[in-house]
Amino acid sequence: MSEWQPKILAILCNWCSYAGADLAGVSRMQYPPNVRVVRIPCSGRVDPLMILKGLQSGFDGVLVSGCHPGDCHYISGNFVARRRFAVLKPLLEFVGVEPDRVQFSWISAGEGERFAQVVTKVTEDIRKIGPAKRLVKGA
Amino acid sequence: MVNELREAAGKLLDDGKVDLVIGWAKGSLPLASTPVFISSSDEADQLVFDSTCGNNLTVYFTKDNKKISRDRKKVGIFVKGCDSRSLVLNITEKQLKREDVTIIGVPCSGVIDTRKVRRKAEGREVLEYSQDGDTVTIKGKEFELSVPLEELLSNACLSCLRKDAEEYDLFIGEPRKFSGESDPYSDIEEYENLSADERWERMNEEYSKCIRCYACRNVCPSCYCNVCFVDQNDPQWIGKTPEITDTMIFHIIRNLHIAGRCVECGACERACPMDIRLLYLNRKVAKEVRERFGSDTGTDLDQKPAMADFREDENQDFIMG
Repeated sequence: MSEWQPKILAILCNWCSYAGADLAGVSRMQYPPNVRVVRIPCSGRVDPLMILKGLQSGFDGVLVSGCHPGDCHYISGNFVARRRFAVLKPLLEFVGVEPDRVQFSWISAGEGERFAQVVTKVTEDIRKIGPAKRLVKGA
Repeated sequence: MVNELREAAGKLLDDGKVDLVIGWAKGSLPLASTPVFISSSDEADQLVFDSTCGNNLTVYFTKDNKKISRDRKKVGIFVKGCDSRSLVLNITEKQLKREDVTIIGVPCSGVIDTRKVRRKAEGREVLEYSQDGDTVTIKGKEFELSVPLEELLSNACLSCLRKDAEEYDLFIGEPRKFSGESDPYSDIEEYENLSADERWERMNEEYSKCIRCYACRNVCPSCYCNVCFVDQNDPQWIGKTPEITDTMIFHIIRNLHIAGRCVECGACERACPMDIRLLYLNRKVAKEVRERFGSDTGTDLDQKPAMADFREDENQDFIMG
């Protein structure tokens, strides 16, 4: 049997992080093929339910990324998102979900290299903690 | 005190200051008082207030009863400390107008958790409940128990710091001011110090009891969406089964929806038919909100709800560097 590969859901905002991922692609940078990207208009659009639904339906980890603070296309979407994540993350840890399972980052449209680094790091973190078992449907 | 309460309600109605008074009345069972709606002063003698008055009456301004606030009826409402914070929160969220409501504070020494009473009675039926200061007498067939009130108090009341209303028009008796500092979250910190596996085990134990009756949501004055996320089915974001993953996600999301909006009144926990310690999650969220954003829910009429607000230079240690 081949080695287990983590499956990671990357929720990226349209204006910065998605463009950052695109830049990584057109610049032919290498990064692990474990992420499945979902493009959303803004990190402020991320409902915590999307993250939990991702974990529930079989992703081993979730990465959410938006514009750097101050750079939001909609002025304040990522500030509101930041408060939401600030509560979600400790709450998930509180119920016993591994801290590295859900991660947040800011990646701008010019940071293709950073995108590749972030994906590499998240993939390695999740590879270390193994397949998701908590909150997974049917587990 | 009960007489003062009835007089106050009667006077407000007689003077035409309010069209309706919402309060508590003696219930048909000894341990539960019931909400009551009084519209003329001769009905005011139904009103009571004691440690069985656990309902947070603010719920009648939201939910299906939005009609009360929509019609802009003048309403008088009796509030404990936590209820008044709910009311303030709902006013800041524009669910009702401050000038439409006459807030009548009552001195609260905590409300009981009926399950704790039943546990004391060891399964025997409780027929009579009376309270004298800090002592409670429970009577049933062939037994009588005297118990300190403290042992019967709802978990929410044990960690309550602001027992009396701070925003009110009338107060029955003398309101006590905010009791000041102590650490209300020591139980949560204790829990945080357990290992992740242990926490997961305990959460599983608690939330696997959930039967998805949504009593916690229905009784909560902060939960008033027209269509709740659990009732929405196109698209259906959340499974409706009592499987642990679905129940846990329901409770996590419900707590995030009331993040910075929960006043820790404990109505959800008292309403839970399965005896789930719901407040653990509520209080964890409240602790995070208080520590990170420094907001104290429902204590300021001009405050923006924490999750609708932000500061640019906020701590973001949880975001990858």
